[in-house]
Parts: sequence; C-alpha cells; structure tokens
Amino acid sequence: MDMPQPNPAILARKDRIVQRLLEVLPADAVVHDPHEVRAYECDALSAYRCPPLAAILPRTTAEVAAALKVCHDEGVPVVPRGAGTSLAGGALPTADSVILGVARMTSVLETDLADRFIRVQAGRTNLQVTAAVEGEGFFYAPDPSSQLACAIAGNIAMNSGGAHCLKYGVTTNNLLGVTMVLMDGTVVEIGGPWMDGPGLDLLGLVCGSEGQLGVVTEATLRILPKPEGALPVLMGFDSSEGAGACVSDIIKAGVLPVAIEFMDRPCIEACEAFAKAGYPMCEALLIIEVEGSPAEIRHQLDLIIAIARRHNPVELREAADEDQAKRIWLGRKSAFGAMGQINDYMCLDGTIPVSSLPHVLRRIEELSRDYGLKVANVFHAGDGNMHPLILYNANQPGEQEKCEALGADILRLCVEVGGCLTGEHGVGIEKRDLMAVQYAPADLEAQLRVKDVFDPKWLLNPAKVFPLQVTAARRAG
Amino acid sequence: MRPNDETELAEMIRATEAPLRVQGGGTRGALGPGAVLETGGLCGVRLYEPGALTLVAAAGTSLAEVEAVLAAEGQRLAFEVPDLRALLGREGASTLGGVVAENAAGPRRVAVGAARDFLLGVAFVDGRGDLIRNGGRVMKNVTGYDLVKLMAGSRGQLGVLTEVALKVLPRPEAVVTLLLPGLDIGQAVAAMAAALGSPFEVTGAAHLPEAGTYLRLEGFAGSVAYRRDRLAALLRPFGLAEEVADPWGQIRDVAPFAGRAGDVWRLHLRPSEAAGVVARIGAEAVMLDWGGGLIWALMEPGADLRARAGAFQGHALRLRGAADTAPLPPVLAGLSDGLRHQFDPRGIFAPSSTLAQTTAGN
Repeated sequence: MDMPQPNPAILARKDRIVQRLLEVLPADAVVHDPHEVRAYECDALSAYRCPPLAAILPRTTAEVAAALKVCHDEGVPVVPRGAGTSLAGGALPTADSVILGVARMTSVLETDLADRFIRVQAGRTNLQVTAAVEGEGFFYAPDPSSQLACAIAGNIAMNSGGAHCLKYGVTTNNLLGVTMVLMDGTVVEIGGPWMDGPGLDLLGLVCGSEGQLGVVTEATLRILPKPEGALPVLMGFDSSEGAGACVSDIIKAGVLPVAIEFMDRPCIEACEAFAKAGYPMCEALLIIEVEGSPAEIRHQLDLIIAIARRHNPVELREAADEDQAKRIWLGRKSAFGAMGQINDYMCLDGTIPVSSLPHVLRRIEELSRDYGLKVANVFHAGDGNMHPLILYNANQPGEQEKCEALGADILRLCVEVGGCLTGEHGVGIEKRDLMAVQYAPADLEAQLRVKDVFDPKWLLNPAKVFPLQVTAARRAG
Repeated sequence: MRPNDETELAEMIRATEAPLRVQGGGTRGALGPGAVLETGGLCGVRLYEPGALTLVAAAGTSLAEVEAVLAAEGQRLAFEVPDLRALLGREGASTLGGVVAENAAGPRRVAVGAARDFLLGVAFVDGRGDLIRNGGRVMKNVTGYDLVKLMAGSRGQLGVLTEVALKVLPRPEAVVTLLLPGLDIGQAVAAMAAALGSPFEVTGAAHLPEAGTYLRLEGFAGSVAYRRDRLAALLRPFGLAEEVADPWGQIRDVAPFAGRAGDVWRLHLRPSEAAGVVARIGAEAVMLDWGGGLIWALMEPGADLRARAGAFQGHALRLRGAADTAPLPPVLAGLSDGLRHQFDPRGIFAPSSTLAQTTAGN
C-alpha cells in the first residue's frame, strides 16, 4: 500500500508543533513520545502501520477547534480517529500527521424522549448511546458489529450500517445534526433536533465523508422506541439460488423483516467448529428476524415460512423462546471470531443487487479456486451487503498480496453486476485504488471539488478514499 | 430546449452562456429569467426489481407513471409525495427529478424519512457540462462522498438530474387512522410524542386544530387491529380515540389552506417547541404534522413570521407569498456558496434572485 512520503519540513518541526499544541491543550491531551504514539499506528486494518508525529486527545469542541487551528497554521495533516475500529484503514496515520482522537469525548449532552433524540459527544461508543436510553424503552438503531467498541464519530465518518438497517436505515438516516470543526478551526453547527434543514443537505454530505471534510465533535441522533419483541427463524437450503429466491419472494410479499442474514457452507462449517450453534450443514443458511408483539411475530413468521417452503428448505427452525433465539444468532454473531480462530482473514463488504446473488457467489467460488484461497460468505441478504471473508496465512510470504488481489477481483465483480465497493466499512486506504473501477474521472473530480470547499489545503485525513495519483496535485498544495 | 439524452443535455449546458431555467413538470411555476430547459425528454423507467425494492428511472419520468408502475406490484414511494398544486395555484405534473430535487416528504416522513432517505443513486449534468454519477442502485453504499444526499433537495442549483435510483417499499395491507378530538396544541404534541414513542409503529401524527389529532397505523390487518387497540389504550389519558376515515391525503397536500387567502409558511422545528411558536406567530390557521416537527401556518400577507416566532430550534420558510430565502448562519452559507461555485461556476442554474429559494411543488 503506497502512502505519500512524509513532509521532511514537518518532521523537522515536531518540537515546535508539539509545543504549540501544548499551549492550547492540557498536557495529558498531547501524546508525543515516540514510543507512546505507537498506540495510534494502526486501526483494525492492522496489516498497515505508521506511527504518527503526535496524537492529541481533546475533551471539548473548543479544544478540538484550538488544536486544528494550530495544525492548520503549521500545515500539518490531521487524521481524525474514533475508536480505531476501521476495517478499511480509515484512521491510518502518516508519519507527518497528528492523530486527533475523540476517545475522551464521551458525554451525553442532552436526552429528550418526547422529541426522540439524544445529543452526545462524538467519542461515545455506539452501544453506550443505546445504553443511555434503553432503560426508558428506546434505542439507537444503527448497529455495526463493532458496536461495543466503535465511536459515533467513526460511525458518522463511515456512514455505518449494521444487521438491522433493512428496516431502520444506516447512520445517515438516523443522524439529525452535528457540531463539526473545519480544518481551520471554525466550528459549524449543521442540523439539530428537527428534520431536514434549509438549503443544501450538508449533513448528508458530511456523513460518510471519512473524516475528510471536518471533525465531528458532537452529534444529535434520532432514537427509536424498542419493539415489543423480536424472534429469528433459521432456514437451510441446498443451493444459494434457493436461498436467494426465497429472500426475493419474502420481500415481494410485503414482509419487511428487520434482518435477513445469509451464510454459505464454508462459513457455516467454521461457525460450527467454533461456536457449536447447532447449524445444519447445507449450502446456504438464512437467519430472518421479525419484530412486534407475539401475535404479530407469529403472523409474519407464518408468512415467511410458507414462502420458504416453496423453495424446498432442508431445514426450518423456529425459536420458541429467547434462549433458542440466542442460539440461532450465536453462530452468526461469532462468524468473524470463528474465522479469526482458524486463519488470518480479510473481510470485504461490497454490495450487490440482491438479484445477482447466485451469480456472484458462483463467480466468487471460481475466483477462490483460481487463487487457491478459501472464501467464506456471510451476508446481509436483505440489502445485498456482502461480507466475503478471504482466509489466508499472513506469515506465508506473498499470501497477503495474493489475498488483496483476490479481494480486488471480488470487488470488481460487485461493481460489474451493478453494486459497489463498500456498503458500510468505507473506502479508507484499503479500497482507495479501486475507486476508478466504480467511478469515472468526472465522478471522482466532483467529489474532490467538495473537499476543496471544506478543506482547501487538503490536510484532513490525507491519502484516504481517492487514488493517490488523482489527488497528488491537490495534496501538493 | 428539450434534450433527449444525457449527451445532448451536456452539450446544451456547455454551449449556453446565459442562465437556464430547468423545468421538470413545471409545477414550480416561473423561476426567474433565462431560457427554459425541459427535462421531459429524459424519461422512462429503466429498471424495476420488486424483489430488491429498487427502481431506476430517468429524471424526467412523470411521478404518475412511476406510481402506476409501483402500484402494479403492490409497492410505492414510501416518503409520500405531497401535491401542493392547489395550495400554491400551480399546474403541471410532477416529475421524479423534481420530487428528488425538492426532497419531497409527506406525513410518513416522521417514520420512514424523506426522498433523501430513499435515494440510492443519481446521475446529473453539472454547470460545467460534466455528467456525474454518484451512489448506485444498491441499498448500502458508502463508496466515496455522498453526493446523492447533496443532490436531494438541491433544487436544481448544482446540476440537472438525469437519472435517479430509489428504494421503494411494499404498500401495507391495511391502514387505520385514530382521531383524538379536543386537544390544544401542547396536549396534541404530547399525545403524538406518546404515540411516536410507543412500539406501535405510528406512521403519521398530525394535528388540525378544528378537527383533532390524527394517528396512523399501517401494516398487515391483524397487526394493525392489535396496535390500534393498544395505541388507543395508551392514549386514554388524552381522551377517547375513535377510528376515522383516511385524512392523510388532505394533510399531505395541506388541503385545508388551499382555498384560503394569505401567505403559507412551513416551519421545521423541535416538536416540544411547537406550542410556544404557534402561540407567538399569531397565524390565521395552523396545521401540525410530523408529531409537531412540522408546522404549516397561514399568515396575513406580508407578516414576518420569523420575527414573530423569535428564537426556536429549527427554521422557517414562506412557500406562498413574496419570494423568500431561508437565512443560513454565515459558515453554512459560505460552504453552500462554495459548493454552488464548484458545481456551477458560471452561475447558470442559480441566478442570484432565486438562490436558496424554496419553491413549491415538483
């Protein structure tokens, strides 16, 4: 992975830059010891590491603004960091950059159940947002798998999704407002506890911009009443075509489950070996969850099961109670852990039109054979967001590169069938060089022009999202 | 000018030296100077997969055609497009591009979102004459910046939409409306908050002072019947809820104001501030939607609603009456101007008199 050469003039000025940061931040908020900054050398895409020049851990919007102003004056690149759970290298530093971590900004600022919103500092974790309101029967809907650890700031940067977004949407559909600091230190309020702002939808533009337009320090989030209950049903099929057709028929019938998860045989086998959830051995497994009162759940499950029967399932297993429901989810929820036990793996997240699922799975199988690397598929089937896991051995020379090449081929396939490179993880550095597969030069140029408006000096989160050669002239200033 | 495809459109935009007035169905009425550029030649549904809840159509396709195509499969645009022609005295027929450019949203906004929340992808020609694509046709897509959201509600200021991809949803089997009579605005907002904060999936919460407070439930018949009973019980402290005929088309289209003289204002605000704002503005009539998060106000002509409303969390815009511009804080105005300049450096889509002006209809 190419990263831009660090600017030697900035490296040479490290002491002065740190000194200026210490003038506007408390001493414990500036990390500059070469050993201590290693804690920020990578995120969850740990194959790539680079210690930053320094890391700062402000506690307030005012501190973020003051620190950014210093960095702006000094021409120092800034890499915003939520909880460092990015799978795409979204928070990978460069040697001449300052990491701006929001991990100490975790307060709840306001909760209003009648107006159905919560305002939090952006370093608060996703699950802690729900924790703040669940006692009153509410929750925050987007639920990325990393929700225990990931920060709202990162969720906004990547427009995170989750297993339940078929019904509840992703971050951008649940975000009402932000307080954001621009690279030059200007604080801007966008939106608030109301729906749809005046003028251009800058909130929608900021969400998913991977920390390249500004640093979000506070967020107003929509909260929703918890459903009365939820239950999953598990079904097995002897082909992915059968499972895919079943999903399509359920949706056409007007049932809108909260989640439809798909696992293929390699994934089922790994989960069984690891979690022993008691899954049937078959080619394709669906977990479909519906919500409501007991009677509403019964009605929806009856409809779903009737449709499933038309596709000759090899297994149909209902959860009679909470305990059995947990068992059904157990394997799926431990899928990534299971893979990690047996192998190194790379997790992709391309999205495809649901109708091309069987074709894409067949092609992935062929590619997997050609490359000699095993691929397991776990998949948000309702919305077409795939998670192919490529299994490899990082200690074997050349295997990492081979794995990345296979990953790129799979993502090209996603685009070819009408899908996209990333459904919820973001581009980061990982998929940066594939952007030209999805977007024509004019499409990319339009996005670069947006960054020109928000960050004219191109200092925020450098070398992410766009191919380096496309941004070279702008980064050179 | 009436281009038949994206290439022709791009050529026309590159060739023009004067401002253009982009017109979909013409329901926005006259929009200042400039040659008219009609999008009606860019039409047709290009892809519809009911099993994937996806529709892709050229931006000049009529809304009526799209709705008919969806209805044939028991599906719909869930954000409920308002028809404000009667309210605003306009004619024409909405196009899909106009609906998106306006970020249309009806009463179901409070539950499922606005046009922006259903927009999966766009193609547009910007003021430089470049054809730009963003997003796609799949429901989850975080590849690059979200220009899809930026184009939704941009009212033609950044470019001419040529194609849009939308998420659609199934039509429900049953719809039930409950009416709570006799509440004042504060009580009505509290009742609507209780309903929207319940697990009974309320998809409409509106208050018409003369009629009462309406709550809508949608879904499978058995489920709706169950939730109707539970919701009525929950709202018992606010009165006895009765089941009434469907008022949502009237509410969506602001029909009660259609035949009445005066300026029409639209306020987006924090619901719990609605009662205070209504008390301060001295409107001739008001309607609340979105659980109180949206106020429609009929005002005497020329009344300065913003001055009367004083400080509140939200914003207001006059839709009928003298042309109005939503004031933005300086930093947001600066960023918005910067974006307009990037996408339309020659200013051909947004002559200064119509900048940021909200226009009604689609």
